[in-house]
Amino acid sequence: MTRGIPRRVAVAVSVLTVGALVASCGAGGRPEGEGESSASDVGVTENSVKVGAHFPLTGVAAPGYSEIPTGARAYFDFVNANGGVDGRRIRYIVKDDAYNPTNTSQVTNELVLQDEIFAMVGGLGTPTHSAVVDFLNQEEVPDLFVSSGSLQWGDDPEAKPYTFGWQPDYELEGKVIGQWVAQNMPDARVGLFLQDDDFGEDGEKGVRRYIDDQIVAVERYTSGNTDVAPQVAGLAAANVDIVLGFTTPSYTALSQLVALKLNFKPQWFYSNVGSDPALVGSLLAQFSEGAVRDGGSLLDGVLTTEYLAGVDAPDDPWVQLWQRVWDQHGGEGQLTNYRIYGMAQAYTFVQALQAAGPNPTRDGIVNALEQIGSELEGPPLAAYRYSENSHMGVEGLQVSRLEGGAAEPLTPVLVSDIGDAPIEEDDSGAQDTPPESGIPEVEPVG
Amino acid sequence: MAQTTTAQRSGKPGLRARLGRLHQESPLASHLLVALGGLVAVVLALEMTDEFVNSQLATMAYFGIAAGGLTVLTGLNGQLSLGHGALMAVGAYATALLLEDQQLPVLAIMLLATLLTAVVGVVVGVPAARLHGPYIAGATLALAVAVPGIALFFSDSLGGEQGLPVSVPDVPGWFSDVVFFLSANETSTSKYVAYLGWGSVLLTFLLLANLARSRVGRTWRAVRDDEVAAELAGIRLGRTRVLAFVVSAACAGLAGAVLAMVVRIAAPSGFTLTLSLGLLTGVVLGGLGTLSGALIGAALLTFLPPLFTDIGLGAGLSDLQAAELAPLVYGLTLVFVILLAPAGIVGTLRERWRRRRDRGADDGAPEHSPPAASSSAARPHNHPGGNSD
Repeated sequence: MTRGIPRRVAVAVSVLTVGALVASCGAGGRPEGEGESSASDVGVTENSVKVGAHFPLTGVAAPGYSEIPTGARAYFDFVNANGGVDGRRIRYIVKDDAYNPTNTSQVTNELVLQDEIFAMVGGLGTPTHSAVVDFLNQEEVPDLFVSSGSLQWGDDPEAKPYTFGWQPDYELEGKVIGQWVAQNMPDARVGLFLQDDDFGEDGEKGVRRYIDDQIVAVERYTSGNTDVAPQVAGLAAANVDIVLGFTTPSYTALSQLVALKLNFKPQWFYSNVGSDPALVGSLLAQFSEGAVRDGGSLLDGVLTTEYLAGVDAPDDPWVQLWQRVWDQHGGEGQLTNYRIYGMAQAYTFVQALQAAGPNPTRDGIVNALEQIGSELEGPPLAAYRYSENSHMGVEGLQVSRLEGGAAEPLTPVLVSDIGDAPIEEDDSGAQDTPPESGIPEVEPVG
Repeated sequence: MAQTTTAQRSGKPGLRARLGRLHQESPLASHLLVALGGLVAVVLALEMTDEFVNSQLATMAYFGIAAGGLTVLTGLNGQLSLGHGALMAVGAYATALLLEDQQLPVLAIMLLATLLTAVVGVVVGVPAARLHGPYIAGATLALAVAVPGIALFFSDSLGGEQGLPVSVPDVPGWFSDVVFFLSANETSTSKYVAYLGWGSVLLTFLLLANLARSRVGRTWRAVRDDEVAAELAGIRLGRTRVLAFVVSAACAGLAGAVLAMVVRIAAPSGFTLTLSLGLLTGVVLGGLGTLSGALIGAALLTFLPPLFTDIGLGAGLSDLQAAELAPLVYGLTLVFVILLAPAGIVGTLRERWRRRRDRGADDGAPEHSPPAASSSAARPHNHPGGNSD
C-alpha cells in the first residue's frame, strides 16, 4: 500500500511543507519603520505607583541592613494611609539578594521585567548594585537613592543618567574626617583601618587630602575574613594615636574586640557606616559570646560622623515624626537608626514623585530631581547635590562623639563636594523641619 | 493489564523498534535527533515567553551546563567535587576579561574560557586523582574557598570585592533577523544570552551523552565500580580520573562564561561555597549520573526559590519571612527526596518505569520485546543512576 507514493516524492513533499510552514509562521522579514512605544510610565496606574528594591534580608550582611526596607515600608504605608501621592498608593516590593551580585541580577530582572516597577528605590550595596546599574540604565528605569556611598552612583550622570546617590559619599566623609584630625590633633600619628573596596579607597582618598603626612600605618581587611588581629596588631605596632576606620558594623565590633585583647587604646574614629552604637553593641556581645555585655558603652568616646538625626535624639522633630510613623505602621521591634535611614529615603522618594507632577513618567522624575533636587528640604542635615552635572547625594555631615550610646555633635554641619572643593560650615539644612502632616508638599516641576 | 500493554506494543511496533535499534546501533544519530528536538523546544520556549522568563531560562542554562558536567564526574566516575563553583568562577572571570577588550567574537571567548578552565581542571585533577572519596571532596573544597580569594588578592586586575563588570555583547544583526524571520519577535540582549546559554547546553549535553556511551564512558564506570577490576582490565586509573575531571571542569568553565553574561558581573561573592553545594544538591535531586536529572536539578535551582518567595508573599508573610521560606523549602525538598527517592527524581522514575515494563515483558510475550528492553532487563539494577542516556 505504501508503495503507492514513491519515497523520493514523499521526502520532497515533506521538505516543501516544512519550508512553507517555517516561512509562513513568522513575519518573513521586517516591516518598514517601527512605531516608538513609550514605556515612560511603566508601573504607574491611576491609583498606584510600583517601586522595588534589593536588600540583603538573609545572610551575613542582613543584620542591620534588613531593617532598612521595614522602615521604608512603614513610611510608604503612612503616606498611603493619608491618601498617597496624587491619589496613588505606593506599592513597595522588596527582594532578597543575600548580598550576592548573582542574586541581585536575578531579582532585579524579576522587579523590572516581571513586576514592572516604575523605579528602583534604595537598592543596597556596592558590589551588588554594580551588577545591575548598567541594566537599569539600559532599560531606562530610574535608579534612585542607592544605599551605598560609592562615588559611582552620581559622579558621571552622562554615563548613568538614571542613577542617583543618596547618602554622603565616602570621599566627602573622608575629607571631613581628615580636616577634623588636621585641626584638632595636628601632631597625632594616624593609622587607617580600611575595607578593601570602594568604601575604604574613596575614604582614604578624602582623608589624604588633609593629613597625608600624618598617616603612619594603613591596614586593610577583606569583607568575609573575620580575623582582623594582624591588622589591629599592625596598627598597635606603628604606635598610632588615632585610628580612622572605614568599616562596616561587623568589623567595627571585631576591631574593638581585638583591641581589647591587645590592650590597644588609641582614639577611634569610625565612619558613619560602621558606628551605629546599638548594632555594634549587640554584635560585640554576640562575637565575644557574652564576655562583653554592655557593648554600646565600649564605644564611649569614639568619634564618628552623622548626617541624619538618629534614635539617640528623641527630641529632634524628624525623629519624632519617624517614631510616630513607626508606632502607627511599623511591624515588630523598635525604631532603629537603620529604619530611620529607610524612612528618610522613602521621604525623599515621595518628594521626587510629587515633583514629577500628577502624571509621573520615568524621565520626568529624573528631570524633576535634576531641576529641584538641590532645593528639597528633608531629614538629612545638609542638602542634596542633584543637578544636571551631578547625581551625588547629601553634601555634608558633622563630626560627633559617642557617649552612652548617643552622639554629641562636635562641629557644625560641614559641607563640601568630591575633588578639591573646600569644606564650609552650613547649618541651614539642619534647620529643616518636617511638615505638620508628616508628608512633604513639593510643587510639580515645570 | 498485561494484555493491553502487549496490544499497545504490537499496535506500533515499527517506530518504537526502529528508534530502539537506532539507539543501539548509532548512539550519535539518536543523540543528534534528541538534540534537534531540544533545539526546536528551546526556540519555541524562548520565543513564546516574555523577557523575564527568558532571563530565568538563561539562568537555568548555566546551572544545567555545570550540573551536567558535575553529574558525569560524580555519577559516572565516582569523584565528588565541591569545587565546581570555583571552576565556574575561572570561566566567568576569563569571559569578563576577554569581553572587556571587545576583540574576539563571543563564541571564541566562550571557547577560550572553557579551555582555560579545562587547563585549571588538569592542574586540580592531577593531584586529586591520587585521592579517594571524601579526600577529593576536601581538596576541591579548598579550591572553592581559595579561588574567590585570588580575585581579592589581585584586586587591581580582577576588581577585588566589587568584581568585574561584564559588557554583554551586542546582538548580531543576522541573528536578530533570523529570529525575527521565524517568530516576528525582536531579540533583546537577555534573549540572545539565553540562546547562547541553551546552545551551549545542547552542545555540551550532546558531547557528554556520546562520551558517556563511548569507550571512555565505559572506562569511567569501570573505575567507579571496581578500581582493582578496572586496573586488571588494563585501564589506567589516574589517567581516567584526570580525564573525567578535566571534562567536568570544562563544562563548569562554559557554565561560568554563560553565568558572567547572564549576571553581567563576575564578583567573588557570586562564587561562594553555596554555589558549589547548590550544584551538588541540584544534581542529587534530579538524579545522579543522568543528564536529564541535571536539567531537572537546574530547573529546581532556578525556579523553586522565586516561586516559593512569591507564594509566601501572597500568603501574607513579611518580606523577611518570605525570603527565608525559599531556602527552607529547598532544604525540605532535599530531605524528602533523599528519604523517599534516594536515586533522585529521574533515577526513581526510570526505575519504576523499568520495573513496570519488565513485568509486562515477563507476563506477556517476551518474543515481542525490542532488543533495547531485553538488554536492559538483563542489566543489573544496583546502580540506578548508572547510565547517562
